[in-house]
Amino acid sequence: MNFDFSDDQKQLRDQARKFLAEKCPPKAVRVVLDGKAPYDKELWKGLAEMGFLGVAIPEEFGGAGAGHLELCVIAEEMGRANAAVPFSSTVYLAAEALLIAGSDAQKKKWLPAIASGEAIGTLALFEGKGNPAPKNVKLTAANGVLNGVKKPVADGAIADFAVVAARTGSSGRDGDISLFLVDLKAGGVEVKSLTNLDPTRGQAEITFTNCKAEPLGAAGEGWSILTQVLDRAAVLCAFEQVGGADRALEMGRDYALDRIAFGRQIGSFQAIKHMLADMYVSATLARSNSYYGAWALSTNAAELPEAAAAARISATQAFQHCAKNNIQVHGGMGFTWEFDCHMYYRRANAMALGLGSLSYWEDQLIDRMRKKNAA
Amino acid sequence: MNFDDTPQEAAFRETARKWIAANAPKQFEQELSKSSLGRIRLANHDMVEVGKAWQKKKAEGGWACLHWPKEYGGRGATPIERVIWQQEEGVYGKLTQPFQIGEGMCGPTVMAWGSEDAKRRYLPKLAAGEEIWCQLFSEPSAGSDVAGLRTRAEKQGDHWVVNGQKIWTSGAHYSDYGLLIARTDPNVPKHKGLTMFFLDMKSPGVEVRPIKQANGMQEFNEVYFTDVVIPDSQRLGAVGEGWSVSLTTLMNERMSIGARLATGVPEMFEFCSNLMLEDGLAIDDPAVRSRLASWAVKSSGLKYTSYRAISALSKGERPGPENSIGKLVSGMMLQDIAAYAMDLQGAAGVLTGSDEETVHGQFQQMLLSSPSMRIAGGTDEILRNIIAERVLGLPGDIRVDKDVPYNKIPTKGR
Repeated sequence: MNFDFSDDQKQLRDQARKFLAEKCPPKAVRVVLDGKAPYDKELWKGLAEMGFLGVAIPEEFGGAGAGHLELCVIAEEMGRANAAVPFSSTVYLAAEALLIAGSDAQKKKWLPAIASGEAIGTLALFEGKGNPAPKNVKLTAANGVLNGVKKPVADGAIADFAVVAARTGSSGRDGDISLFLVDLKAGGVEVKSLTNLDPTRGQAEITFTNCKAEPLGAAGEGWSILTQVLDRAAVLCAFEQVGGADRALEMGRDYALDRIAFGRQIGSFQAIKHMLADMYVSATLARSNSYYGAWALSTNAAELPEAAAAARISATQAFQHCAKNNIQVHGGMGFTWEFDCHMYYRRANAMALGLGSLSYWEDQLIDRMRKKNAA
Repeated sequence: MNFDDTPQEAAFRETARKWIAANAPKQFEQELSKSSLGRIRLANHDMVEVGKAWQKKKAEGGWACLHWPKEYGGRGATPIERVIWQQEEGVYGKLTQPFQIGEGMCGPTVMAWGSEDAKRRYLPKLAAGEEIWCQLFSEPSAGSDVAGLRTRAEKQGDHWVVNGQKIWTSGAHYSDYGLLIARTDPNVPKHKGLTMFFLDMKSPGVEVRPIKQANGMQEFNEVYFTDVVIPDSQRLGAVGEGWSVSLTTLMNERMSIGARLATGVPEMFEFCSNLMLEDGLAIDDPAVRSRLASWAVKSSGLKYTSYRAISALSKGERPGPENSIGKLVSGMMLQDIAAYAMDLQGAAGVLTGSDEETVHGQFQQMLLSSPSMRIAGGTDEILRNIIAERVLGLPGDIRVDKDVPYNKIPTKGR
């Protein structure tokens, strides 16, 4: 059994960690946090130069042609660094949707632009409250134009193009939904930035008014493609969450060693030690579930739907748990703007909702486990 | 990343599988596969006798205590081969329960600290299940703080005289030998006055009494020592070095990589899939689904954590204290799952009989037994200390009795 990343993949992780430690210190994230820039453009350029944006994009489309395991190790480092760039929207959602369903022409147009850092992409799925479900898609597509409003759209205000879920039927079935590709710089698109929990990752409202759009994948296949995209993104986001959870745990541990109270390191009190031990436990469970997700993703295994849901749940819980208790370990200092704890707390709770809420994925997991048990 | 064996591992697995197919006591397969939680019982046979027969057969075929050197009854196998063997042995592994303390703790301690004569005399018989060993560490007033133990051993000529009491001794009533830690000097700080011995459990003055546990069962014992004589030749390590010796024993306790811990999740999933609530099946209820999902990902997380440890073993690495999480997570889960299953049963959940409505009382039994999972083999709190100190590098606890002579340490809280 070799249930681990290869030496080359670990080397890539080290390389990404070193790069991000240098180019993406908390100071750089704070520029975006404080609203001085919509995202870290310098870092985005650097990620393109390192080949990280296109690591899982085939060479014929301008990528490195490595694979999803390589993307997983980079995702973990992106989460650890809390990077303020549209990585997940562009790489996990837009690029994966194109890889699954794009025509050759669509892939040729957008994938090389993603890999080179010239194009930012996103997925426009949600329309206000609610989780991913065909019935929640109201935006319509008819005669090649879209009409409706999407919100929240992650990184919508800085994206060049979007994969848009639209209603093309009214039978009440999954086949009512189709996907479209929209150039957001063209006409018929109005974008408004929205304030949100995690200002280091923008959210937007996008209004489509008779907006020209080209189909992505076959008509009526939208929901089936989306399900695959969300499963892949669930695994990749889980790695970001695992990276974030690990970093939050590390911050808590370091502070517990540095801080003196009642004449001793606070890390010598069992109340603190046990809190940190529990954080370690949830981070470890999340990592192991995510590894299984990575295996399923990289081999396109039949187990992917169940593995993705398990990774998603476990990693969401771990990041929220570690980010929350990291603040607790820090005490009052952890509640200041100056300390970085809140940046991870914000990211953890924003990520917990990005692909659908925890309860949505719990529901998915149970359905998928039942399906397996029945088979 | 894959789940495949290396060619050598595959060959080893094939050999093991063939041998098991030809030799395992298949008549017990069904009964063994049914018992998933708690102690194993066989309806018409004595578990220890059946276990001994299987262990003996394994020893003759070279499949007992695989990772031990051949001259002491083992196979000289690698750690990963041992894991593969456990996977292949499957349900028959449950028959090894009476020998696990010997194989996992007493044997390795004798191997590390015993004389060559002792090793050749005792280890092969231990490996073959001919002689069963138990471990005599815990005492009524020395649990997590085992170094605070009171059982005294006093030197008289070339032998030692032991007086005191041990508790929570699994299998003492059918054991032939015991590994005993006792206080030989009460005038020095507690860790420094201990010495390790082994003794014949049939020695005069040894009395084994079963303990009636909180769950109503009797699985453990108290062992009383009244002027029990142990020859000095049965001392392991130097006088006063008992604590260092015991660390060998306890380290081995935590090396049980790849052992599947019961979490209660498969039982709970099945239960919820069949249970009719007022509004339909339990598994269709959003609150039930949410709880089930949280437990399921803990259970799968443990499974894949052990796969990562096995992968490390396969590469020749030595997995560390991070494996403490298995028992910590599964112990709490068992207790929570049991309580929730009973909650779903409503008023009938209080009944412990084996009727249809309460699924043969399995969750009630789980509820009553689960507290021991969170205590035995290191309490939840000790495991968290281990993770905090040895994995995360946090400071050790402040020990106010560290430099105090043992006989000056307070013995009463109030």
